[in-house]
Amino acid sequence: MSYTLIIVALPFLMFLFLGLVGGKMKPVVAGLIGTTGLIISTVLSYIAAGSYFFSVGKIGETYQTIVPMNFEWLRFTDKLHIDLGIMLDPISVMMLVVITTVSLMVHIYSFGYMKGERGFQRYYALLSLFSFSMLGLVIAPNIFQMYIFWELVGVSSYSLIGFYYTKPSAVAASKKAFIVTRFADLFFLIGILVLSFYSGTFSFRDLTSPAGCAFAQSITDTFMGWSVVSWAMMLIFIGGAGKSAMLPFHIWLPDAMEGPTPVSALIHAATMVVAGVFLVARMFPVYIFGAPDVLTIITYIGATTALFAAVIACTQTDIKRVLAFSTISQIAYMITALGVSGYGAHEGLGYMASMFHLFTHAFFKALLFLGAGAVIHAVHSNEMDSMGGLRKYLPITHITFLIACLSISGIPPFSGFFSKDEILVAAFEKNQIVFWCLYFCAGLTAFYMFRLYYRIFWGDNNKVYQHTPHEAPASMTIPLIFLAALTCVVGFIPFSEFISTDKTVFHTHIEWSIASLSILVAVTGIAIATWMYRKKNTSSDKVTASIKGLYTAAYHKFYFDEIWIFVTKKIIFNGISQPVAWFDRHVVDGFMNLQSTITNYLSRKIKFTQSGEIQDYAWAFMMGAVVIISLLVFI
Amino acid sequence: MAEQIIFYVLAIVIVVFSILSVSSKRILRSATYLLFVLLATAGLYLLMGYQFLFGVQISVYAGGIMVLYIFSILLTSHAGDKAKSVSWKRLLLAGIAAIAGLAVCGHIIFHNVYKVVEAVAAEPTMQEIGKAMMGTEKNQYLLPFEAISVLLLACIIGGIMIARKR
Amino acid sequence: MSNIPLAGYLIVSAIMFFAGVYGFLSRRNMLTILMSLELMLNAADINFVAFNKFLYPGQMDGAFFAMFAIGVSAAETAIAIAIIINIYRNIKNIYVDEVNKMKY
Repeated sequence: MSYTLIIVALPFLMFLFLGLVGGKMKPVVAGLIGTTGLIISTVLSYIAAGSYFFSVGKIGETYQTIVPMNFEWLRFTDKLHIDLGIMLDPISVMMLVVITTVSLMVHIYSFGYMKGERGFQRYYALLSLFSFSMLGLVIAPNIFQMYIFWELVGVSSYSLIGFYYTKPSAVAASKKAFIVTRFADLFFLIGILVLSFYSGTFSFRDLTSPAGCAFAQSITDTFMGWSVVSWAMMLIFIGGAGKSAMLPFHIWLPDAMEGPTPVSALIHAATMVVAGVFLVARMFPVYIFGAPDVLTIITYIGATTALFAAVIACTQTDIKRVLAFSTISQIAYMITALGVSGYGAHEGLGYMASMFHLFTHAFFKALLFLGAGAVIHAVHSNEMDSMGGLRKYLPITHITFLIACLSISGIPPFSGFFSKDEILVAAFEKNQIVFWCLYFCAGLTAFYMFRLYYRIFWGDNNKVYQHTPHEAPASMTIPLIFLAALTCVVGFIPFSEFISTDKTVFHTHIEWSIASLSILVAVTGIAIATWMYRKKNTSSDKVTASIKGLYTAAYHKFYFDEIWIFVTKKIIFNGISQPVAWFDRHVVDGFMNLQSTITNYLSRKIKFTQSGEIQDYAWAFMMGAVVIISLLVFI
Repeated sequence: MAEQIIFYVLAIVIVVFSILSVSSKRILRSATYLLFVLLATAGLYLLMGYQFLFGVQISVYAGGIMVLYIFSILLTSHAGDKAKSVSWKRLLLAGIAAIAGLAVCGHIIFHNVYKVVEAVAAEPTMQEIGKAMMGTEKNQYLLPFEAISVLLLACIIGGIMIARKR
Repeated sequence: MSNIPLAGYLIVSAIMFFAGVYGFLSRRNMLTILMSLELMLNAADINFVAFNKFLYPGQMDGAFFAMFAIGVSAAETAIAIAIIINIYRNIKNIYVDEVNKMKY
């Protein structure tokens, strides 16, 4: 299995190559080179997945963890050392497939979307860098390598969001994304250090093995009433929450939509934002055995975020922002599913469901973003108000977008239905409150997705456009069609046969009682959306007026940005930074200035002694000798 | 008694001419006074019974070095040149330093070494000197002798290098 | 054999030495400075020889020290004069306070 190294290394080589010499070549050539590299990676990861799931990795009914390569990099103690290597287990192999597939689609799509942009080569170089870091993240065999790639993901995301670096809003958004995620990563790093300090290892294999989990349970040290393992796992989760845009770190994701739309599809829908989910899934045995209390917190954070983001999504008018909040909501679903999961075959349903949803969501959300990109490409605007009736002009986009909307709403037989159903079942078995919360979210999801759909493709049918919108070129529609096809079929994959908490195969079936409930709520949501938005009418305004307070709050994203600004600007800047700056400027600098003034004054006073004439020095020497000798003689 | 008279004569010559040498306005005269001082020093060596040192002093100092001085003076100054006048402050400072040093030294000499008179007079013969200079035993000086020779060679080369026309 | 005390030689050499010091500190011409230096060296030589004669009559260390000092001073003088002549060539005089190009 050591060829998996190529999957990871190839995008990196592409990044180096395109980054160094890309500027010299034609844009199309650069794009083709990057895409070719990724095609090879994709094919290899499919081969790897095939051989892992069906021959190499499976022994009896259990999947093995394979470490094809691992070398020691930094050694601290005999047990504690940072390694670099590759680890394959069901979730990392699944992630390889997801990342390479979506990334390949985005590469192809970008040919059409980014055509003629300045920095086309740079764009492809950065895409390759991002693919490299994401792939490196999922195959990391130890938490420290994961952290390294985690930061790399952050950096490449930063540079992709700020791709249009001449646009101030893009620069601000990239800074915001970087700072917010970096702030959360600080906690992640502290968590890693705490965890490794107590467990003495970075390796996932040791941490998540039964022995590691038993060890985690046996630690009795507490800090402020909470066991240190809980603290460590909580801090690690905060890192994941930063990347996955959980409350209250979600604020960067909507702004990150300033980047090119394919980038949003790749980074902010399918891959980077699920890194937090992946992290929790990776550390899941430690969570469930070492820190079940943290898992409960995770559940509630997830559920709250899901509901909160879904409500905001209903009010946004920028189509990419709707999708961004939808992403937050869906990621929160996955997090919640992990939170309600147990350990063991059927107990671990939530874990499986989370991974399943991650898998299906990657495809249909990438499809939604790419579809939105095609729409933006056609009408040159992000605002819903400047759209309407586009189904005549963009037939392929329309159909694929509809499929994605149906999928995310949870309508069978599209993939979203299956994964969401598993999540709801898992939540229902564990926690009723969370279940109803997620259930309500499912209805909201259907509503806001179809609101989006109708506002774009139906609504004002007689809308007059300055330029007649036209269907996107083939390089853009082919990925759409491919992803739509995937969306239709991946739901039928028996996921529980591949992924489970203890890596043992188990079987699931659709709980029709819950499934029918969820279909009901989805249909209700769609029906309301149809009633309000199918034709241009005033019903939506009436509804809005009746819940004006809630609507305004949601429209302003519940003022979270303002709260953060208040906390950082008013409290931290005024309360802490400015006094510190004052102290630095006046006391510390003042002391230094005083010293320099004194030195200056004294040196001006004594500088006549340094005449530079040898005889003066000789005189001083002579007198010194006389004085010293007289001291010796007379005293 | 005769020795005492000779010593006093030499001492007076040394004292007077060394002071004249450092205070004379004309540089060539300074050099001449210096020559007298060096010759008188050679006389002191002879008085103490070191004939070889006397010879070395005469040939190296009075013969070699003084010729160098005279030549370089002739090269670098013109007839009738007087020394650059020096501020009285500097003269005073220099005088203070010299007199203070002399006072300290004189004090030490008068209080510590006045009692010492000559012990046995053992004048080394030329043969002894030659053996001591060319031997490697204890109290023999072949190594410093060689070192001096290398030093002289180096300084010949250095002198040529520095003073040659570019 | 003789009744000239050691202190006599030492006083003479001390006067000579401090005459050299005075010259070194007060003169401006480099050659005269160098001559003052010679005076000081000579005074030291006299001390060597005198101490040898009076304190260690059987040995020759002091005399040899004086001899080597004479050799070293010859070498030093030769080099110094070469430098002085070089300076004279460059700035047309040999006053020590005007050699200040290297100071800055």
